[in-house]
Amino acid sequence: MTDEQTTTGGAEALRVFVVDDHAMFRAGVRAELAGRVDVIGEASTVAEAINRIGALEPDVVLLDVHMPDGGGRAVLEAIRRTHPQVRFLALSVSDAAEDVIGLIRAGARGYVTKTISSEELAAAIRRVADGDAVFSPRLAGFVLDAFASRSDTTVADPELDQLTNREREVLRLLARGYAYKEIAKELFISIKTVETHVSNVLRKLQMSNRYELSRWAADRRLV
Amino acid sequence: MVAGVASGIAHHLGVSVVRVRLMFVLLMGLSGLGVLLYAAFWAVLPQEPRTGGVPGKRDLSQLLPFILVGVGVLLTQGLLFGSVGVAATGGWLVALVAVGAGVIWHQSDPERRRQWSENLPQVPWLGAVVDESDRRAFLLRFIGGGVLVAVGAIGLVAVYAPSGSISEVINGVIFALVGLVGVAVVAGPALWRTFNQLRAEREGRIREQERAEVAAMVHDQVLHTLALIQRNAGDVKVVQRLARGQERSLRNWLYKPTASPTERFAAALEQAAAEVEDTYAINVETVVVGDRETDERVGALVAAAREALVNAARHAKVQTVSLYAEVEPDELSVFVRDRGAGFDPSTVEETRHGVRGSIIGRMTRHGGRAEIRSEPGAGTEVRLFLPIARESANTSKDR
Repeated sequence: MTDEQTTTGGAEALRVFVVDDHAMFRAGVRAELAGRVDVIGEASTVAEAINRIGALEPDVVLLDVHMPDGGGRAVLEAIRRTHPQVRFLALSVSDAAEDVIGLIRAGARGYVTKTISSEELAAAIRRVADGDAVFSPRLAGFVLDAFASRSDTTVADPELDQLTNREREVLRLLARGYAYKEIAKELFISIKTVETHVSNVLRKLQMSNRYELSRWAADRRLV
Repeated sequence: MVAGVASGIAHHLGVSVVRVRLMFVLLMGLSGLGVLLYAAFWAVLPQEPRTGGVPGKRDLSQLLPFILVGVGVLLTQGLLFGSVGVAATGGWLVALVAVGAGVIWHQSDPERRRQWSENLPQVPWLGAVVDESDRRAFLLRFIGGGVLVAVGAIGLVAVYAPSGSISEVINGVIFALVGLVGVAVVAGPALWRTFNQLRAEREGRIREQERAEVAAMVHDQVLHTLALIQRNAGDVKVVQRLARGQERSLRNWLYKPTASPTERFAAALEQAAAEVEDTYAINVETVVVGDRETDERVGALVAAAREALVNAARHAKVQTVSLYAEVEPDELSVFVRDRGAGFDPSTVEETRHGVRGSIIGRMTRHGGRAEIRSEPGAGTEVRLFLPIARESANTSKDR
């Protein structure tokens, strides 16, 4: 993993910013990521996060979904207007993928749960920094559910509103707990191809107006 | 007697009710002065707070006999004195003013409004409905009372105007309107405040109920678990199991609609995973796509999946096992995967009797199949497939 970082992430360690209203969690992330990436700052409120991220311009922001004053979504929307190059990885204790879909649709490149291991978190940060997408098994399951080919759904834009068979296979393996490397081996494709598939799914998730997506979002008043 | 004014005064003055009533009756003879006084007292005296009863109905029953008595007195007076003179008409009109003022005054009684809302504490939405319709009725009555006051005032002016010229009447109208606006200005803010207070009270009560529910949950579960964790702080396995069980229960409480494990496939699978988590202190990452009803065959699939989870928990020596299930129109599939010790599948027949009997055998018996992929050191994946009838899957897919 470390040699992957030097080849894809450049010579310097990734600059990471942590936004979470729980000090204990921020400290934990800082300790876990020490040596893997460079945690350049942290914030506990939406306003503080917007100020400091704008000033520091980190590569990746680890963003808590649930916070007072609008949550991670408020930070995401404010920063993406002024600093579109900053990438976001959503972290949540929530298993409700509906909660996360709002953040993904607002522009986050991935979502992982807070119980993720340190190595996996570091790998996810690198992946997001490279412009790829990161799906937790649950998010993959949610996307499969939302994009299920039901007979009663009308598809407005086949390019955006449907998953290809390959994308479906990749998501299934993600939901089954496979790592990217294992997926590549299972499907006889390269890791880069797996990443491309997942990024395409992310794009569809962000752009599609599928009924299930908008319904979930509307139920939660997210969009 | 009519509105309890006499008894109220009697109570206040400490004299007998009969005397007060007698006085009113006597005064009635003097151009109906008794009626006017009665009306004035009724309008001005504070209403005694009541408990219970149906205060909403009392308005009309109070007003009607009062008006009838007023009319009766006027008729009697007309008969006695031969003609309805100017003075009598004046009394009539003053009575009208008093009635109007009384109507308005009684609407503004905050005690009554509070009673209404307290009568319906169990059904706040109904209270809101009542409140809305009540407000409309209130406006109507307010306007009605205002019109009475205005008509009375105009009449007074018209009757007593020395020349009876039009401009005097118009002046009277203007004064009456000014008076009416005055009443509205005085009463309006207080009424508005009362409305808001009542609404705030109701919202507060709802919040209080929610808080009580949360407090009960925290007390019954979370504090209990935390106490157990402190007592078992030395035993990592126990602490993990407690924390995981509590986490799951909180999650269910927060996010999930409750489905019965005996009825739905997803709920049954999640329950099996939860049991394995609790028993073996491992973490089962469960993802279920789609759902359907259970039957005997689906139950067998869940049991086989549970057995696979138990095997992973006991032999793989890992903390996390992935469980993925998908409901497709004609097939159910379940995948149980760990990244643990693994084993050589060619030796399965001899070493793992449970695998053959509880997983492979069970699946074949119910028309499904099971595949086991494992490599020493690279983990294990158990794949279970069960063909299902297309129709029932379709009908049960949309929850």
